Amino acid sequence: MHEMSIAEGIRGIIEQSARQNGFDRVTRVRLEIGRFAGVETGALSFAFEVVMRGCAAEGAALEIIELPGRALCYDCGETVEIADRFDPCPNCGGGKLLARGGDEMRIKDMEVL
Amino acid sequence: MCTVCGCSGHSVEDQFRAHLEKTGQAKPAPFAMIAPKHAAPTGHSHDLHMGLGPAGTEVPGMSQARLIEIETDILNKNNSYAARNRTALSAKGILAVNLVSSPGSGKTTLLCRTIEMLGAQPLAVIEGDQQTSNDADRIRATGAPALQVNTGKGCHLDGNMVEQALARLDLPTGALLFIENVGNLVCPAAFDLGEDAKIAILSVTEGEDKPLKYPDMFAAARLAILNKIDLAPHCDVDLDLYEANLRRVNPEIEVLRLSARTGEGMAGWIDWLRRGLAAKGA
Repeated sequence: MHEMSIAEGIRGIIEQSARQNGFDRVTRVRLEIGRFAGVETGALSFAFEVVMRGCAAEGAALEIIELPGRALCYDCGETVEIADRFDPCPNCGGGKLLARGGDEMRIKDMEVL
Repeated sequence: MCTVCGCSGHSVEDQFRAHLEKTGQAKPAPFAMIAPKHAAPTGHSHDLHMGLGPAGTEVPGMSQARLIEIETDILNKNNSYAARNRTALSAKGILAVNLVSSPGSGKTTLLCRTIEMLGAQPLAVIEGDQQTSNDADRIRATGAPALQVNTGKGCHLDGNMVEQALARLDLPTGALLFIENVGNLVCPAAFDLGEDAKIAILSVTEGEDKPLKYPDMFAAARLAILNKIDLAPHCDVDLDLYEANLRRVNPEIEVLRLSARTGEGMAGWIDWLRRGLAAKGA
């Protein structure tokens, strides 16, 4: 359940931003989560709702933008986009792929009042 | 039209608003959006951007919602602790390895045996568990300094816990630091502690498909240790299949086969650590 720690990280960033930008309420938070970030979006949505209680983002809508996974194919040498870690290379059909991106986990933006 | 970059809005809201404007039904924007730094120049998906009114202007008498671009890694606080740890460890030429595995893979037994074999090498161990100091007690019994970190309900160590632990351990230059993470094949993968390498330990009793079932951890690891190979003949396991599955998840992963109990293969592991230490001190 490290989604709870991730939600706590989001809360920390929101609280810091509230002090810097002077807002009281967050109505929407947009996250970018890579396919290989190891985040279960359902669990994160649940944790978000619980962890935001009592802060500016209580009740805020959470939007998760999934970013594709990228991998280097050891057979053809191309960097390709794959949906799942074990997908074959869409370029050559090879099975030896090294993840090279898609582990993003960041807050993109927020709608605030 | 988008007032931030001049692109033509593609969203349904934009199209609808354009229609209203054309037919003279346009109303003031319910709220204006501010995008201080525009998003990526390609793929304009202005999901939240209503595209009306000059960016940054307030609509008098209306509630003022703003869009604040954050672009911040969620784990950036953890990563900043990890970066501090990494700097502090590198300054003293300390090699830090983060041992990750499921509970019961033999991490502590491997460490006890490793400490015996390393002899006079200065080292310390940070032990992460939810509860008890059993593991730190086992390490201290070998004569090595060990610090137990109980995470309570936590499922992983984080950069801050390791920073606090480092402050209590007085590590000499050129030391080896073992961080034994909480037994968990999922969560510790995401948390950088400032280590030089994550080392995943997998015992042969766990099943050849574990790397495929828990790929994040093995993808994050530089070395996989296949432990308890003395039990392999009793478990109907295929060690080559273990390795093939590890490489399927992570083509760059190094693999060592050993048994901490019998000592078979331990020399290769000790050699791996000594090479790492030499590279760190160079």
